[in-house]
Amino acid sequence: MSNNTVPSGKPVKSTDLHLGEASPGCKKRDPILVADGVSRTFGGLKAVDVDHVEIPRGAITALIGPNGAGKTTLFNLLTGFDKPDTGSWTFEGRPLSGMPAFKVARMGQVRTFQLTKALGLLTVMDNMLLGAKGQAGENLFRAVFPFFWSKQEEANRVRALDILERFKLDTKKDDYAASLSGGQRKLLEMARALMSEPSLVMLDEPMAGVNPALTQSLLDHILNLKAEGMTVLFVEHDMHMVRHIADWVIVMAEGRVVAEGDPHEVMRNPAVIDAYLGQHHDEDLGEDPTAETEHVEAIKELLD
Amino acid sequence: MIFLGLLFAALTMSTFATVSAGPAHADEVGTDEYDYVLTGNVQFDQKPLDNVLITVEGAGYEASVETGVDGKWKVGVPEKATYTVTLDEDTLPKGVVVAKGGSVIEAEFALTKVKSVNFFLGEGTRTTVSFFDQFINRFVNGLNFGLLLALAAIGLSLIFGTTGLSNFAHAEMITFGALMTLLFSVTLGVPIWLAIIVAVALSAGLGWSLDAVIWKPLRRKGVGLIPLMIVSIGLSLALRYLFQIFVGGGTSQLPGSGLADLKFGPIRLSLIDLASMGISIVVLLAVSFFLLRTRIGKATRAVSDNPSLASASGIDVDGVIRIVWVLGGALAGLSGILWAYFRPGVSWDMGFQILLLVFAAVTLGGLGTAFGALIGSIIVGLFVELSTLWLPSDLKYVGALVVLILVLLLRPQGILGRKERIG
Amino acid sequence: MIDWGAIFSNAAVELISPTTAAYALAALGLAIHFGYTGLLNFGQAGFMALGAYGFAISTLSFGFPVWGAVLVGIGASVIFALILGIPTLRLRADYLAIVTIAAAEIVRLLFTTNTFQSLTGSANGLSGYKGGFAGLNPIPEGRYGFGPFEYNEYDWWLRIVAWSIVVLACLFTWQIMRSPWGRVIKGIREDEDAVRALGKNVYSYKMQSLILGGVFGTIAGMIFVLPRAVVPSNYQTSLTFFIYAILLLGGASTILGPVIGSMVFWVLLSFFSGFIARAVEAGWIPFMSSIQAGQLRFILVGVAIMLIVIFRPQGIFGNKKELAFVK
Ligand SMILES: Nc1ncnc2c1ncn2[C@@H]1O[C@H](COP(=O)(O)OP(=O)(O)OP(=O)(O)O)[C@@H](O)[C@H]1O
Ligand SMILES: [Mg+2]
Repeated sequence: MSNNTVPSGKPVKSTDLHLGEASPGCKKRDPILVADGVSRTFGGLKAVDVDHVEIPRGAITALIGPNGAGKTTLFNLLTGFDKPDTGSWTFEGRPLSGMPAFKVARMGQVRTFQLTKALGLLTVMDNMLLGAKGQAGENLFRAVFPFFWSKQEEANRVRALDILERFKLDTKKDDYAASLSGGQRKLLEMARALMSEPSLVMLDEPMAGVNPALTQSLLDHILNLKAEGMTVLFVEHDMHMVRHIADWVIVMAEGRVVAEGDPHEVMRNPAVIDAYLGQHHDEDLGEDPTAETEHVEAIKELLD
Repeated sequence: MIFLGLLFAALTMSTFATVSAGPAHADEVGTDEYDYVLTGNVQFDQKPLDNVLITVEGAGYEASVETGVDGKWKVGVPEKATYTVTLDEDTLPKGVVVAKGGSVIEAEFALTKVKSVNFFLGEGTRTTVSFFDQFINRFVNGLNFGLLLALAAIGLSLIFGTTGLSNFAHAEMITFGALMTLLFSVTLGVPIWLAIIVAVALSAGLGWSLDAVIWKPLRRKGVGLIPLMIVSIGLSLALRYLFQIFVGGGTSQLPGSGLADLKFGPIRLSLIDLASMGISIVVLLAVSFFLLRTRIGKATRAVSDNPSLASASGIDVDGVIRIVWVLGGALAGLSGILWAYFRPGVSWDMGFQILLLVFAAVTLGGLGTAFGALIGSIIVGLFVELSTLWLPSDLKYVGALVVLILVLLLRPQGILGRKERIG
Repeated sequence: MIDWGAIFSNAAVELISPTTAAYALAALGLAIHFGYTGLLNFGQAGFMALGAYGFAISTLSFGFPVWGAVLVGIGASVIFALILGIPTLRLRADYLAIVTIAAAEIVRLLFTTNTFQSLTGSANGLSGYKGGFAGLNPIPEGRYGFGPFEYNEYDWWLRIVAWSIVVLACLFTWQIMRSPWGRVIKGIREDEDAVRALGKNVYSYKMQSLILGGVFGTIAGMIFVLPRAVVPSNYQTSLTFFIYAILLLGGASTILGPVIGSMVFWVLLSFFSGFIARAVEAGWIPFMSSIQAGQLRFILVGVAIMLIVIFRPQGIFGNKKELAFVK
């Protein structure tokens, strides 16, 4: 677990991922996740309405779309954190629909959250150890007797330290996670997800709120994951970044997948330009000030 | 549901750890522990009646006893106070009823430590009412109860919606309204309608000051929601016993609470009941109008929806919260007054007695939705009253609480609530 | 004049009284729920009532031996925890608070109602179930001890058993909280969705925590009734609030906090009530009757809860470092 090959210069892109034309819902050569007819409504609003989508294995796929496109909701559905109105999906060929979130994670499909969820009053090290799978000491009866789990704990600790080093968090290992900066928490959350040795990592806006200096190292980490054979699916608003590291891009708007393709081509797709121009074109900002101001307007209207 | 001097009991008992171990006689309760004794003799036609249930309640103490074969009973009580002694008519033999004076007697100690309380029994049958008539009666009563619960529940729900606080001290805001009415009408002799208005105004003032003195500074300090809730529990406890220090453990009646029932077909209601329902309905309509039509009401709903957005759109969130507390206080106070007539009686812990039902109502309706709270209250009110058709009356709250748990099982977000977002 | 000696010795007695032990154990259970897992259980009084009644009823009505009666109490509380947990552990924290408080009231009302009087003794409660426990006492008859701590053989036996249980429970809790199990539990307190995303069955862990803390409460309920009778009015919501006061006083996510909290709570309370009662007798506080003085204690507890939560949320034993991040 310790190949620290920091990719320098231009990352190596995986190509030839799809079969046939690069259209919304197109078939992939080797999909790790296949979703069919997934929909979710909130009140009258159709937040997600995806006919068919496949995520290619061993590649970095970016999921983009304007604010409120339904990206996070789709993440929630695919990882069992929310229940869809309709639809089914398989992960590594096994059906996942209706499976609770923790089982999804155990199968190797691990996610992070748009709003970081560092476990504040646990130390950074404890945060990491929590990520490890199959711990004997997590059973209440065995927990009482340390000889059941102390060896495994030691091994996990070594592995955690190794990952922390790569994320430059090793000096913080005994601090409370609450004391970390926002960007460091994003890093910690990612590092923690890696502790479970997942096969698919789903990152919801890993770069939001991370300063530009850190961004580069985060990008390298993501590329590293791919180098280690993991599949990455991430949501991002920063188009430069998407262009830089993604092998494949899926574009969502108003709950639907409107375009798919190679990062450079997809940006030229009229459907994508439409989707973004229909909204406000300031995706570089990352966070959602647009949405805020819109809501503010709406509330003001309501008041008068 | 009188919340007794648990601590007092625990302390005295732990100091005399082994004293209280003796078995309780069926016809004598607490006579070893306490100096003051209430006693009586239940006889009909010169013959003693055994196994008649007598309940003694007052000064934060409650005990019950069954008469022995000689028809006698004795209950030790902790202090020289006024106690309500109730004879359970269901436990009398067939054909015997309490003749005059009723089955509830207020007993007060005179110079001695023993007070005898006797009921006058007579021949007769208790008027049995047809099931349908009972149902209608209970239904109307339940509606009345539900409406008064709704007054408190809407305030609680608005406070929860705008501040996230589960306010346990709402119980004391309810009690406060009734206590103030008692103070002005009975102690100071002000006409009852004026006393009620003053009490509601003071309750509103209580809401305002609680916000200004406690909750606003804590919000400023950034105290989390769960600590806030625990603070409200501490506040509730402190206020409740503060009330007891001032008014004692007994029950007092507001003027007009003894009015005779009027009959409308099978329905028996007093003028007070009618007025209570009328007031509830008018006030609830006014509150709805306020929430739906006025600018401040809309702002309130906007703050409930999303406080940071609301403040970004120029709504004075603190101002809205202040108004919610004032409104919540006034509604709770009014609800307390109506509750005092419904029970009937004013006592120091009367608010706490219905707090759980108010919470149940708010939860049933969906935490934080004002109209959900209204619907939830009516369901709880009806359920509590109707359940007495089948359940013994000392279990009537159990039914409502069970329903609360069942509803959460089936519809966790409440009847009108929304699901929360993850991630 | 005020008899300070009596006030102090009455207060000192509380230090090792079985009641203090019972509250400490109940608070430790609550520490598992609230302090470690973040579960807002407001029904600890219900768990204690199940322990008390489970023990007393199975002894009195069914003639169970001590161990059998203890098992019945524990079994009842496990079932109670399951009934509480199944609907609510998937919901938001404040729903659990309302449901547990409601469930504890249901339990109390069921024990109070006249409907089951033959079993529960309704409002009068139960007594006469201590024979089995006293029969196990190896201490020969007599009075032992010194100063205010002089008791007969039953009282010593009770104190030794009660405090041994408390010590064992503390060691057990300490051990599991430093294990990976405890780490998951604490993670759930911080953010259960994050823990779920790491492949832990959060629901099951919460249930285990609810059961474990509830069983502690149940055993506490049994200890609580060994020096007194079972009286349903003891199990009101205020009992739970007192245990919360103790827990917060000591520090919610600590092992020793509940124990020290309970000792401090009872000693201070006994001191305070002793002082007030005698001060009233001596006419120092002319405007107050002794009953009113008794109620002052509740006010004090209420105000103490507020002040601790606001000004020292980590309690006496809580970690100062944590405080910087307490929300
Ligand atoms: N729990 C919920 N209740 C109601 N509406 C919701 C909920 N979750 C999401 N929505 C709505 O669904 C739509 C999609 O939201 P989602 O969070 O998936 O967008 P997103 O693509 O992740 O946006 P962003 O880029 O801003 O993170 C939005 O309009 C949002 O308001
Ligand atoms: Mg999103």
